[in-house]
Amino acid sequence: MKQVRAMDTVEQSQLFHSMLRIRRIEEALARKYAEQEMRCPIHLCVGQEAIAVGVCAALNQTDLVFSNHRAHGHYLAKGGGLAELVAEVYGRETGCCGGRGGSMHLIDLSVGFMGSTPIVGGTVPLAVGAAWAATLKRNRQVTVSFFGDGCFEEGVVHESLNFAALHKIPVVFVCENNDFSVYTRRTERQPDRPMFEIAQAHGVEAATGNGNDVEEVFNIATTAIDKARCGLGPQFLEFRTYRWREHCGPNFDDDLRYRLPLEIEAGLNACPIAHYRSKLTKANGLSGLDIDRYELEIQAEIEVAFNFALSSRRPGIEDANRKVYA
Amino acid sequence: MLIAKYMPELEQRSLSFAEAVREALEQVMEKDPRVIVIGEGVPDPKAIFNSTIGLRDKYGTGRVFDMPLAENGLTGVCIGAALNGLRPVMVHQRIDFALLAMDQLVNNAAKWHYMFDGKASVPLVVRMIVGRGWGQGPQHSQSLQAMFAQVPGLKVVMPTTAYDAKGMLISAIEDDNPVLFIEHRWLHDIQDIVPEEYYRVPLDQGRILHEGDAVTVAAFSYMALEALTAAKALRTELGTAIEVLDMRSVRPLDVGLVLNSVRKTGRLIVADTAFRTGSIAGELISQVVEQAFDKLKTHPVRITLPDHPAPTSYFMTEHYYPGPQTIIDEVLKLVGVDRHSDGYKKLCAVTQRRGPHDTPNREFSGPF
Repeated sequence: MKQVRAMDTVEQSQLFHSMLRIRRIEEALARKYAEQEMRCPIHLCVGQEAIAVGVCAALNQTDLVFSNHRAHGHYLAKGGGLAELVAEVYGRETGCCGGRGGSMHLIDLSVGFMGSTPIVGGTVPLAVGAAWAATLKRNRQVTVSFFGDGCFEEGVVHESLNFAALHKIPVVFVCENNDFSVYTRRTERQPDRPMFEIAQAHGVEAATGNGNDVEEVFNIATTAIDKARCGLGPQFLEFRTYRWREHCGPNFDDDLRYRLPLEIEAGLNACPIAHYRSKLTKANGLSGLDIDRYELEIQAEIEVAFNFALSSRRPGIEDANRKVYA
Repeated sequence: MLIAKYMPELEQRSLSFAEAVREALEQVMEKDPRVIVIGEGVPDPKAIFNSTIGLRDKYGTGRVFDMPLAENGLTGVCIGAALNGLRPVMVHQRIDFALLAMDQLVNNAAKWHYMFDGKASVPLVVRMIVGRGWGQGPQHSQSLQAMFAQVPGLKVVMPTTAYDAKGMLISAIEDDNPVLFIEHRWLHDIQDIVPEEYYRVPLDQGRILHEGDAVTVAAFSYMALEALTAAKALRTELGTAIEVLDMRSVRPLDVGLVLNSVRKTGRLIVADTAFRTGSIAGELISQVVEQAFDKLKTHPVRITLPDHPAPTSYFMTEHYYPGPQTIIDEVLKLVGVDRHSDGYKKLCAVTQRRGPHDTPNREFSGPF
C-alpha cells in the first residue's frame, strides 16, 4: 500500500485550482439563476468544495463516482464536462442528459461519473453494486458513493454497508456531514452519536476528518481508497462541512432564521478555499499572480460554457418520448 | 370560488388550499389529542409549503415532529403508533419519496385490518404532494395515484378545491383506515371559500363542478380545474355545455356519479394527471363501459400525460402537460364541431395560457 506523503506544490496548486473552479462555477450559476432561464431546482455546494476535490483527486480516472442532489462539485471534481453541466441546467439538447435531467441528474461516463439523483439514498446501493461488479470482473476499480448526513438515516444505507462489508466490496462511502437536511438540524433527526462509528459497527473501516481542509480530505481519502483497492474491504469516511446557501436555489437564506448568525459566520470563516489559499501563500507555493491567472482562466472557461449552453438547440416535446427504453 | 356558487349560504371566507389543509390539521389536533403530525420539514421555516406552519408552536414537540430521512421505517413506526391508539398524519413533500415506503403501505397498512380479521385497523393519513413545473423532472413530479389505488385496503383521495381539502382531510384523519391524501402542488395557492367551522367532506364521492349535457368530463385533481376552464370557454364561445365532474376520490371511485352523467351526455372524457398506461382514467372508463355500454354514443377518451417520464428541460415540458385546450379539442372531436371555424379560433385565444408554462402563477420565480 502507498504511504501518504507530503504533497508537492504542483499537486497543491491543482487542489486549490479545482476548488476555486467549482466555487466560481457555482457562483456563476447562482448569479445567472435570477434571469429565470435555468428552470430547474439547483442545490449548490458552495462551502463544501474540499470534500469533492479531496476525494476525487485521490481517485483514478477509471474509478467510479455516484452522487446525490448536490452533485455539481462531485461531477466537476471527477472531471465531468463543464459545458455539458451548464447546458443541462439550461435544459438544452447538448446537456449531459439532453435536458431530461437538469441539475439534479448529472452523468459523464467518460470520466467515471456514473450518475446523480435526488431521491435520498437512491444511488448508495448502486455504488455498492458497481464496486461489486468490479471485483466480480476482477479489476481494481474503486467506487465512491457521495451522500449527506440526512442520507445516513435511510435504511438502504445500512443495507448497503452490511452487504459491502460481507463481500469486502471496494466501495468508499463518503458522508458529507453539513449538519442539515433541508432546514432540519441533525439533532432533530439523529441521536447524539458519531455516524462513522455506526459504519464501524457494520464491520466497515471508518475514519472522520475536517471536510473543509482539502489536504486532510485528500490524505484520508487516499488511504481509504488504497485500502479498498487492495481488497481490504469497504471504507466509510465522514467529513464535517457547512452549507453556505439555501438548501435549494441560488440564494443565502439567513432570513429564515433556522440557524444563528454566529453559526453562519463560523461556517463562512471555515471557507476551505480561503484557508487553503492562505496556507499555500504563506508556504510560498502560490503567488497572487498565480491566483489571478487561475481566476482569469476559470472566468474564460465559464464564459465559453455558458455561451455553448445558451447557443445550443432547445429540445422539444418530440425529443421527450425517446430513450424510455434501451 | 367554486363553492360560493353551490353553497352561497356558507360564510364567504377565502383560504388557499394550503391554508385549508393547515386549518384542518389544527382543528383536528384541537379536537383529538390522538392526532400527531410528522414529516420531513413539518416544523421547518417553509413548513411544507406553509401547510403546517405554527402547528408546533401550538401543539408542541410532543405532537408535531420532523422526521429522519427514513420513509419506510417511519411509515412502519406510524402504523405501529396507529395500532396503539394514535392517529398519525405523515407528510411527503413529493409523492415520489413515498415510493420508499411502499412495503409498509402496501404490505402492512393496507392489509392489517383484513389479514387479522378486522381485529385491528390502521387509522393513518399520508399526505403526498405531486410536483409539477420548474424542472421537477423524472423523480419529483410523478402522479402515482393509480399505483396506490390498485391496492385494496388503501383509500386514495385527491381533493381539488380548498373547501374539499379541509373537509376531506378532516374525514381522512377521522377515518379508521389508511388514507392517502394526494395534493397537487399547483393547487396549493388556489383560493376558495372555506368555512371556519369543523366540517367533513366524504371520501368516496365526486361532485359536479359544471353542468352540461354535451360531454361528461370526469377529472382528477388539477385536471378538474383545467376542465372547468375548458367548460367556461366552450359555453361562452360555442354554446357547448360540458359536464365537469371533480372526482375527488381515486379509491373508491364514484362510478355512480359518472354513470348518471354519461346517461345524460352519452360521451365520456376522463382527464387524469398521470401516465396513460395503467392510469385510473383507464379503470374508470372500463367500469363505465362495463356498466353503461349502451348509453355511450361514441368511444370514451383518456386525457393523460404521455407514456414517458417527465423531462426536466423547460423546452421539453412545453407540450407535455394536457390543459384546457387539450380538453376542448377532445370535446369538439366527440361532438363533431368544425375546428376551423372562427368560434374555435376565438376559443383558442381565450384559453391560451399566458406567461411561462412551468409555473402555477406569474408571481412564482422558482425553485420549489
